[in-house]
Amino acid sequence: MTNLDRRSFFKTTALLGAGLTGLSVSEAKAGPKNILSPDRMGVLVDTTVCIGCRNCEWACKTAHNLPTPPIESYEDRSVFEKMRRPDETALTVVNRYDNPKKPELPYTVKVQCMHCDHPACVSACIVGAFSKEENGAVIWDTGKCIGCRYCMAACPFQIPAFEFHRAIGPKIIKCDFCSERRKDGKMPACAEICPVEALTYGPREELVRIARDRVKRFPERYVEQIYGEYEVGGTGWLYLTGRDAAELQFPKLGRNPAPGVSESIQHGIFAYFVPPVSLYALLGALMWITKNRTDEEEA
Amino acid sequence: MEHFMRPTQMQKKFITPGVIVLILLALNGLIFLAGRFLFGIGSVTNLNNQYPWGIWIGIDVAAGVALAAGGFTTAALGHLMHREQYHALVRPALLTAMLGYTFVALGVSIDIGRYYYIWHPLIMWNGNSALFEVGICVMIYMTVLYIEFLPVVTERFIGRVNMKGFLARFNAPMDKLLRLLDRGLSKVMFVFIIAGVVLSTLHQSSLGTLMVIAGPKMHPLWQTPVLPLLFLLSAIAVGFPMVIFESMIAARSFGLKPEMEILSKLGRMIAPILGIYLAFKIGDMFIRETFVYLTTFTTASVMFMIEVLVGIVIPLRMFLSRDVLKSPLLLFIAASLVVFGVLLNRINNFVVAYTPPYSFGSYFPSVGEISVTVGFISILVLLYRAAVMIFPVISVPDKSLSSKAKYTIRG
Repeated sequence: MTNLDRRSFFKTTALLGAGLTGLSVSEAKAGPKNILSPDRMGVLVDTTVCIGCRNCEWACKTAHNLPTPPIESYEDRSVFEKMRRPDETALTVVNRYDNPKKPELPYTVKVQCMHCDHPACVSACIVGAFSKEENGAVIWDTGKCIGCRYCMAACPFQIPAFEFHRAIGPKIIKCDFCSERRKDGKMPACAEICPVEALTYGPREELVRIARDRVKRFPERYVEQIYGEYEVGGTGWLYLTGRDAAELQFPKLGRNPAPGVSESIQHGIFAYFVPPVSLYALLGALMWITKNRTDEEEA
Repeated sequence: MEHFMRPTQMQKKFITPGVIVLILLALNGLIFLAGRFLFGIGSVTNLNNQYPWGIWIGIDVAAGVALAAGGFTTAALGHLMHREQYHALVRPALLTAMLGYTFVALGVSIDIGRYYYIWHPLIMWNGNSALFEVGICVMIYMTVLYIEFLPVVTERFIGRVNMKGFLARFNAPMDKLLRLLDRGLSKVMFVFIIAGVVLSTLHQSSLGTLMVIAGPKMHPLWQTPVLPLLFLLSAIAVGFPMVIFESMIAARSFGLKPEMEILSKLGRMIAPILGIYLAFKIGDMFIRETFVYLTTFTTASVMFMIEVLVGIVIPLRMFLSRDVLKSPLLLFIAASLVVFGVLLNRINNFVVAYTPPYSFGSYFPSVGEISVTVGFISILVLLYRAAVMIFPVISVPDKSLSSKAKYTIRG
């Protein structure tokens, strides 16, 4: 290696390092909107009040311009025979479970996106198409999405659905907590239509208070847990149940936010690009030293 | 006696019975691929809202990246550590990596629903996303691989640019351009070689971070916070076996003698690396006490046992044996087992370990998915065959070379 080469080696290495460090500044800012407002809204679902009329399903489809069967058809209770999940045709579905205490009054559970306080989808999305809004909604931006479906792999509640049968412009479909409707001062469509007030829409902090109060006043009616209060770091939608949440097919989840571990690994590896740049420098040094050694051996 | 090796174009007929089979498999894959583009991903795959990722991610992308690790491991050995005796292996490994990553990119673009938005991550960043990091690193690394391959192109065509017809007038300028490239590249190539190794360690490990966010949806036998480390170690471990694997297949296919001298030296280095990988894998299993899952007979426990025993323990024992290192057949078997083990590991991590909280039946790849994957692999092999016939990639002993001639960094 000539002197000139050596000089250019250092110069290029230094330049590259500087370039990467420069990048890291913008990197720190990069990322989707992820606001955890103290005033964020949520919904308290009281599954012991729900009568399974499925009007919420109808209202949701209507509000989101999805193909909607006439409301009379929702009186058909045979759909409860199979467990259903939200999919590309329905952002919310209601499932029925036995009530061992009162078999004539089965529990019905509305399922939709939980609008996590620390959403896995927001953290996972490669292009930041998901965001957590100030109003508590976790929403998806069709202008960014590339259709990779990492959100579906990441979601602890298995909520995002994908239009697998659309060749061009398939969308990720999930409950958007009526984010747009609410901006006009309206309530979420499901909470608005619910005839028995099984759905209480309000600031999440207040909902937690209400839920605790109900559990305290009617201990025989509820199990002591408010599902969603602590699960994966807390969710915007909260559930009061008469049976253990796991028996109503709620996933058993810890209290740590779903993206916690992967984000700390990710930030540990990258930490302002120090580890990669150091590795680069180290390998550069190794290359230079071994090169000199080979040169000397041959001289 | 030391003999000198020189990268040479392979001279043989392109079409053989094997090649015809590969072409048929490729066509079959392309037919199913057309279905995907005309009627959506759901029409050819068994994917659904519960199983969003299948073998196109598990094999085409995850295993593809891992099995292309020969590129950066041999570059590190040959160029960073200046172990000149391995230079003969660098070019074939580089070509494999280059084609491998190209097919990873293709695999990604057919799997994502909106393939025409594949450039979005370049301008829409999410620093929290492991997938974003993998995507960006793979894009940059692929560019680096193409740059690293350029010297092979210049070597092939300098003084031999001979375009026909109206293109003939561009022959002289093209030659000049190649010479300019050649001179410029040789001065800065080290920048790209180091960058290639750094980028590889980054995305090989981040590929492991991908499934960490799936948390309890992933079987505990695989779900661990040290997944990125395991992915990196297994990628490094599969690098040299992959080089041995393909170099012996290429030798056979082109009627060359396998370079046992270099390959067994390379093979000697595999056991320690494989040992480190095994130690971390077993250590992780004992720290998290996941061995309890091995006491039951399930798909997960069986797949895990195959992965560890057939993919790591047996080849590790084989690579420790002198007889194996000397025998072409045994060396090939040992290398193939490591390749199989890492392939299975990636399938396990992305497909087998994934257990959604709600499911209406389990996932098994459809005929369409398998056809596309097999088709892609066939096209890759065909392109490799074409490339080694067009470019000087595979080294053969050259008696005319004097002891003074020696390699410079040329990729």
